[in-house]
Order: sequence, then C-alpha cells, then structure tokens
Amino acid sequence: MSLKLTTRQVGDVTVVDAAGRITLGEGSSAFRDTIKELVNKGQKKILVNLGEVTYIDSSGIGELVSGYTTVSNAGGQLKLLNLTKRVHDLLQITKLYTVFEVFDDEAKALASF
Amino acid sequence: MPNAESTPEILYDQYLESTLASVDASEEAAKSVAERLGYDEEETYHIGYAVREAVVNAVVHGNLYSANKRVRLRMERSGGSLEVIVEDEGQGFEESQQADPLARENLLSQSGRGLLIIRAFMDELRIGRTEAGGTRLWMRKSLPAPR
Repeated sequence: MSLKLTTRQVGDVTVVDAAGRITLGEGSSAFRDTIKELVNKGQKKILVNLGEVTYIDSSGIGELVSGYTTVSNAGGQLKLLNLTKRVHDLLQITKLYTVFEVFDDEAKALASF
Repeated sequence: MPNAESTPEILYDQYLESTLASVDASEEAAKSVAERLGYDEEETYHIGYAVREAVVNAVVHGNLYSANKRVRLRMERSGGSLEVIVEDEGQGFEESQQADPLARENLLSQSGRGLLIIRAFMDELRIGRTEAGGTRLWMRKSLPAPR
C-alpha cells in the first residue's frame, strides 16, 4: 500500500492524516511535498497523524525530521499523533523521541499548540 | 564471516537491478525467507526492514542507481543463523567516516540512520569490501528456537 495523505483543518491546526507506507520514493516525496505546501500557505501548526502508517523506512524517518525542521524554521511547530508500536520503536532507536512532541490523544495534541 | 563448521544452505541468491523496484523485491524476498525459517511476525518485519535498508544503501549510495551496476542479495542458513550478504558495485564505504546519527548535533540530519536500525534489528552487522572494491554488507540473525 502506498502512502495516502489527507489534510483537515481543526481550528488553527492542520492535521495531516497519513495512511500506508512512508518509504524512499513516492511515499517520502509525497510527505515532503505536503509539508512544504502547508508551510508555503502559511500553516504553522501541523499535527501529523501516523495512526494508519504501517511502515516507515529510514528515508521516511528522514522526511519526518526534514518536515520538523522546515516547519520549525518557518516559526511553526510539527507534532506527531498516534504512533504505532513499530514507529514508536523506530523513534526510540533513533533517539528522535527527544526531538518530536508525540501524542496519543488528538484533543490533547490540538490543545498543546 | 560465515560459519566454516557447517555447510550453508543457500536460500536466495540473486543479482538485482539498481532500482527502487529491487528494493521492494528484496524486502519481500527477505520476509518470505524469514517466514519459511519460522521467525515470528515481528522478527520477520525486522529482517525485511534490515534487508530493505541494506539494499537501499547499495542502490542509492553504492551503485548510484546506475543501470550498469547490480546489487547481489544472498541469504543462507548457516549454523544456527540466517546470514544475509548485500554487495554493490560502488566505490566502497568507510563506516568510520559516517557521522554518528545519535550525536546531538546530528539528530536533525535527514539521512544516516539506516545502519543504526539494521544493527538494532539484526544480531550482527559487518561492513567490508568486495574483491572489486564495492561495499559488502554482512548481517546475521539467530534462527528462532523450535516451537
């Protein structure tokens, strides 16, 4: 299954619902393009919902980091929601848990911005 | 490297084109081999992930997507382990020159985490050179205990 990205606006936060695989190639470039497009539109509060993401390779992890940096450099915040155990484990292995703010409750995530 | 005391059983040995399609195919092949050897779902995911990352390195960084260069993927049962070899036809790779992806100053790097994850998912990883000067990545994971 390739990556499907859907965006929705909740107040002043843009939620990006991701489903499928974020891997080298189409998946990671689609994610990158979506984040850049949001930043270019002036969106500075972005919540990426990874609840339906079944697989992220190291390239996909790199895109999450790149997205975080892009949004931060624009003066905004990118946070993560609903990590699966596998994605959670990858963030632990790569120490990116120390970088990302991670939530398992959407309401709490939205209120944190 | 391979256990000299036992005769390895070759489970897969293919030369792959330097394409993203080969990356997907290598992951599927590795998962298929792992399932056949009796690894559980999580271990099978780890093996597929490690092989995918190794082949990505070979295709992208070793062979630079060259249509004239191939990636060799070999999997065998040797002793009590699954051993995997991934070879490319690039210029070789010195791990000592790679930045530590866990260093604070590198945490926001976009790349450089593949080997770290392979090490976490497999029992052993060694990086060397092929006779032609490309990179040879060897990794091992103990076979699952009989159920």
